[in-house]
Amino acid sequence: MKQYEISDEVAESITRVEELAYELRIHEVMTQDVFCVEPDMQMGKVLDIYQKERFSGTPVTHEGKLIGILSLEDLIRALRDNNLDASVGEYMTSPVTSVREQDPVIEALKTFSRTKYGRLTVLDNDKNLVGIITKGDVSNGLLSALERDYHAEELIRYRASHLFEDIVSGRTSLILRYDIRKGDFIHGGNASSKIKRALLRLGASPQIARRCGIAIYEAEMNLIIHTTHGGTLRVEIEPHKITMEAYDDGPGIEDVALAMKAGYSTATHEIREMGFGAGMGLVNIKRCVDEMRLISTKDRGTNLYMIIYLNNTNEQNQDS
Amino acid sequence: MKLSEIIMLTKGILLTKKPTENCEISGAMGADLMSDVLASIKPEAALLTGLCNPQVVRTATIADIRAIVFVRGKYPDPDTVLLANEENIPLVITDLGLFEACGILYQAGLPSFELKSQEDSLL
Repeated sequence: MKQYEISDEVAESITRVEELAYELRIHEVMTQDVFCVEPDMQMGKVLDIYQKERFSGTPVTHEGKLIGILSLEDLIRALRDNNLDASVGEYMTSPVTSVREQDPVIEALKTFSRTKYGRLTVLDNDKNLVGIITKGDVSNGLLSALERDYHAEELIRYRASHLFEDIVSGRTSLILRYDIRKGDFIHGGNASSKIKRALLRLGASPQIARRCGIAIYEAEMNLIIHTTHGGTLRVEIEPHKITMEAYDDGPGIEDVALAMKAGYSTATHEIREMGFGAGMGLVNIKRCVDEMRLISTKDRGTNLYMIIYLNNTNEQNQDS
Repeated sequence: MKLSEIIMLTKGILLTKKPTENCEISGAMGADLMSDVLASIKPEAALLTGLCNPQVVRTATIADIRAIVFVRGKYPDPDTVLLANEENIPLVITDLGLFEACGILYQAGLPSFELKSQEDSLL
């Protein structure tokens, strides 16, 4: 991180922290193997232990059962009372506020803000003490989860974006292929989402990824809606251009010029009900790509070529 | 406008699991034809629609749509909710009609993110 201004990425990671507070479970961030004190222990002894171990609080257990919690503040009260001979039982807080280990971290955060306590005991399903959680545990847990997240995606992106530099050849390209089944509306757009994600990981700008995504999505839906047996999407990624192809083995387009007209469609009523077949697909594709070629032979099949050039000024289809 | 505000204004219910309080929505569009949406929506918008199938979520991921609001009390297919959770697209349902929901949000200051079809500034 070179700069400290709030970039989009940083803003994004702020919401990610909130998401993580729901995703992470309390047992993933809590401190395990907690040191406990007995209620009949003298406060003076506790002072020694806290000082030596740098504790700021401990659960109080009696015969293995959780009966209270003692904090640094309780110790200070005993010191102020000049009463270090007193027992832990006299100064501890009871009953104890606990959270469950399987609950999301957000539950602990809510309890912290509701009770103003600095630490909570963590119980398993059988109400056994399994750990303790402080706000510090939560921050540390969230930070390391965030770091894991960040490194995982960074690593994928780094590896992918260096692909073309690491592998040297006369002309290097990466080819992605997806078979698309006729009528498979449930998975329609699945391949396109994967292609868009791959492009982003390879270092494409969000605008380029979006243009490719829209073009290939329309092409994918065409294969699902209009073909006899489905077809194939093929995306060839090169450092200077992205070539996308959608091809099938029928039925072919009778009048290509007519098919290219905005609003013309042969889609059935059912397909229109699904939000497609408005006769905008090919028109949309044409607007998103730099070059488009549609070759179709009746009863033989259709080949649709779409090319987007990278690193040039030909990105006229941009918005604000 | 925050998504939480959109939910409040449309008296909506959030269907997806992720917290969305801070999801920032820059504009909105109302449509049922996904090709129209792909052709004319600007990034970072909310989509108000009566179409409830998974293609709405696909369209959202492809077109960088931040959230989807289903109108007229329509409830999306289970597959749609599943996919939305997977793709991190918040889904909201409201009893309001498309016209009314759009009107309320527009009046509250949410701009239209719908481009004219002739405009060559699709992306």
